[in-house]
Amino acid sequence: MWGKLTWEAIPFHEPIIMVTSAVVAVAITGVLAWVILKGYLPYIWKEWLSSVDHKRIGVMYVVLALVMLLRGFADAIMMRGQQAVALGSAGFLPPEHYNQVFSAHGTIMIFFVAMPFVIGLMNFAVPLQLGARDVAFPVLNSVGFWLTATGALLVNISLFIGEFARTGWLPYPPLSELAYSPGVGVDYYLWALQISGAGTLLSGVNLVTTVLKVRAPGMTYLHMPIFCWTTLASNLLIVAAFPILTATLAMLLLDRYLGFHFFTNDAGGNPMMFMNLIWAWGHPEVYILALPAFGIFSEVFSTFSGKPLFGYRSMVAATMGICILSFMVWLHHFFTMGAGADVNAIFGIATMIIAVPTGVKIYNWLFTMYTGRVVFATPMLWALGFVVTFVIGGITGVLLAVPPADFVLHNSLFLVAHFHNVIIGGVLFGVFAGYEYWFPKAFGFRLHEGLGKAAFWCWIIGFYVAFMPLYALGLMGMTRRMQHYNVPEWQPWLLVAAAGAALIAIGVALQITQLVWSIRHRDALRDKTGDPWNGRTLEWLTPSPPPMFNFAVMPKVEGVEAYWIKKQSAIERQALSPEPEYHDIHMPRNSSAGFICAFFSVTMGFALIWHIWWLVIVAFIGAWAVFVVVAWRDEHEEAIPAATVAEVDRANRAARAERLPTLRAPS
Amino acid sequence: MRTSNRRILRSVSHRDEVRWVQDALRWCAIAALPLLLTACHFAVLDPRGPIGREDRTILIDSLAIMLAIGVPTIIATFAFAWWFRASNKRARYRPDWEFSGAIELVVWAIPAMTILLLGGVAWIGSHELDPAKPLPAREAPVEIEVISLDWKWLFIYPQQGIASINQLVVPAGVPLHFSLTSASVWNVFFIPQLGSMIYTMNGMTTQMNLQADEPGTFRGLSAHFSGDGFSDMHFAVRAVAANEFETWSNAQRGAGPTLDAAAYKKLTEQSINEPPSMFGAVTPGLFGQVVRQVLAPGPGPATDRGSAAEAPAKGH
Repeated sequence: MWGKLTWEAIPFHEPIIMVTSAVVAVAITGVLAWVILKGYLPYIWKEWLSSVDHKRIGVMYVVLALVMLLRGFADAIMMRGQQAVALGSAGFLPPEHYNQVFSAHGTIMIFFVAMPFVIGLMNFAVPLQLGARDVAFPVLNSVGFWLTATGALLVNISLFIGEFARTGWLPYPPLSELAYSPGVGVDYYLWALQISGAGTLLSGVNLVTTVLKVRAPGMTYLHMPIFCWTTLASNLLIVAAFPILTATLAMLLLDRYLGFHFFTNDAGGNPMMFMNLIWAWGHPEVYILALPAFGIFSEVFSTFSGKPLFGYRSMVAATMGICILSFMVWLHHFFTMGAGADVNAIFGIATMIIAVPTGVKIYNWLFTMYTGRVVFATPMLWALGFVVTFVIGGITGVLLAVPPADFVLHNSLFLVAHFHNVIIGGVLFGVFAGYEYWFPKAFGFRLHEGLGKAAFWCWIIGFYVAFMPLYALGLMGMTRRMQHYNVPEWQPWLLVAAAGAALIAIGVALQITQLVWSIRHRDALRDKTGDPWNGRTLEWLTPSPPPMFNFAVMPKVEGVEAYWIKKQSAIERQALSPEPEYHDIHMPRNSSAGFICAFFSVTMGFALIWHIWWLVIVAFIGAWAVFVVVAWRDEHEEAIPAATVAEVDRANRAARAERLPTLRAPS
Repeated sequence: MRTSNRRILRSVSHRDEVRWVQDALRWCAIAALPLLLTACHFAVLDPRGPIGREDRTILIDSLAIMLAIGVPTIIATFAFAWWFRASNKRARYRPDWEFSGAIELVVWAIPAMTILLLGGVAWIGSHELDPAKPLPAREAPVEIEVISLDWKWLFIYPQQGIASINQLVVPAGVPLHFSLTSASVWNVFFIPQLGSMIYTMNGMTTQMNLQADEPGTFRGLSAHFSGDGFSDMHFAVRAVAANEFETWSNAQRGAGPTLDAAAYKKLTEQSINEPPSMFGAVTPGLFGQVVRQVLAPGPGPATDRGSAAEAPAKGH
């Protein structure tokens, strides 16, 4: 009846897991009880869970990412703690637990923190920047989000029921094959990523279409803000690369479930093929994450330097160059597999070539500050911290791209330090900058500046204290993923690294405090103008938070900095443009398809993991029925009357008119 | 008189300066000493063989090239951000300045030229240090066959007809040719002080050439995660004088048990932290049988959940 699922699947003997389970259960029950008792449930259902508004979905993506960041960071603390004490001893995490922790850490941080964070910010900001009312496929957007949330939920269920993969964040066969990993851990990994990967692909298709087809009049390709360009590049990569991931994991699933031999040791299987395929997705994935972050930094550098982005066309070229080059370098992840000198050299050089457009971007950001007026607001601090950190990560990355240097550094803690250097310094700092930057737009009030800056300093100092020792340890010959070790010389460095993780923990605590404090004091932090940073792109034309329809009338775009141009002409004339004529606006209706889909896909994923075949069939029929109902619905839009539109826009115009005398043209 | 006085003064002040620097260095050294003593053996930067030395040279050369471009960039970041801060009234403000062809040319050219140089280093280095490339030497290399098992290392010396578990004894000053494979999951064979690493994969053979200059003891380990016993997949490498190696291998031959198909099958069972041991005889061609899977791949975990807790652990 219940497949492989028995009471033994619940790890009663593991105190760490049982305490965590209890805390999580209490927290979830508490939040649910609070929401229901306070009567918030209809609001949350109507305005958020079933919303197809790109801004709401974007915010939900970011919330998912923030919650998962806490989970992934808890794993990080456990790993640093374990390695700090595990000199010649077993530490506090036995191998079968420790191996799950580092596998879950990597999986969660990439797929359920970095991905939803960047997708959330793209979802939120890109239609606003393009002067659009919504994304191309709003219901698909909602389904994509809920499939991502499904994957995250499945990974977290594995903590309490059964186990997670013990194979690392990429489950290399033959270790991940049934012969060597007979447990459900790898199955949790595979189904979680298949489901969330489908969601990511939907989101990619949606955002590519949005950038290509849904733009305001006058928003030509070379009038698009650079964040839209990086979004386009990133989502083109999603559309091209995620099918590779899905196919690769599907082959591993066939091996594990139906006795195929794609990647097994025997019967002609070839594990090397998995390595090639997974990195053919995996390297573009790095740029799927990094390119939107580069876009955010471009917006931040320009806004807080009071200048247009330097070398806009060069930036566009660099972005698209990186987009294409990122598909040509995957082999550098396994120079030490014995491919031969020519292959290694060619992929090493191809890898270095990516450093050229990336370097150009760095210099263009520097020259954006040059002859600017740099304001050190929190987003700008993240951007400056990024440049310094990313240059260091780039240096070590180029070292690893030189095959003979990689021969002594591959899979060492030097490598671990390098990719945290670029992913924390590049992607995470980028999404934090974006979070601070667009928060007032999303909610109508700012985040507390002082706490934000304090969090930044704890993060960046903590980052250096935590990861610079890992470079040293790599040079000392320490490899990654060690549950214990017997080299006394390594321990002092690991203790320092653990202290760094503690500093980052303070930074995380400060970020939580910042959010809570800002919500409680939102009236004092209110931004009535809709343009708190003296912005340059179209999202700052809308009131904060923007209405469901974003723009009362379609803005006319006359340059790269569409809003800046409008603002300057208003300042010159000391008057807003004349009031437009308002019409009814047709917006997509809410849809519960995504949420119900998620319900069925969680059930189906769970049933597949535990071999509960009847439940798989039931859940599949349910999901299919949702699809049919959604596809055959007749009414999918509703009209917002012109009077409502006029009311919203007049309020926005009044706020703008009130501020106009205080604005001056830059000189 | 005056000039000589001045010269003396200058030399005194110079000497003071030198002394001050010396003092500062001495104090730094004393302060850093505990850390240096306990925590500073950079194995990768302290190679004991030609391959490791050349790997290090390329690593350091590449680092120098990258620092030459990276450090000025970081300094420029701080300098631009600070000088052009909003509160600095002396800084020039050009709110519309967004393009300069000359600067664009330079910012594309600097990274491109750096990569041109480093690309050359990568190309030459990849070919010079290809792990499969034999070392230049007059004498024939000592052959060693490496099999990674769950979770221990098996070293077969086909020319000597002996084999060892979790310990590697090699002659110093003689080229070593490794042929490597795996009994089950993948590992990476790595001796940081001798240089390059390489994967071990079931059903396949990889090649590597290394050499130890002088007698000494080094640490060897697996650099690719291979499951629950991974952390204990390390071994001592003892490089001894060539004649001592001869004596050692002669003494081992016939002294221990025989490594045949049955003994190998026993070895493929999962076990953690195996103490070093020896085989006094080896069935010829055993390594090839493992590669061709005539001898079946390792069976993996004995239990359904695949937990190592049930695998026999030794030495804990």
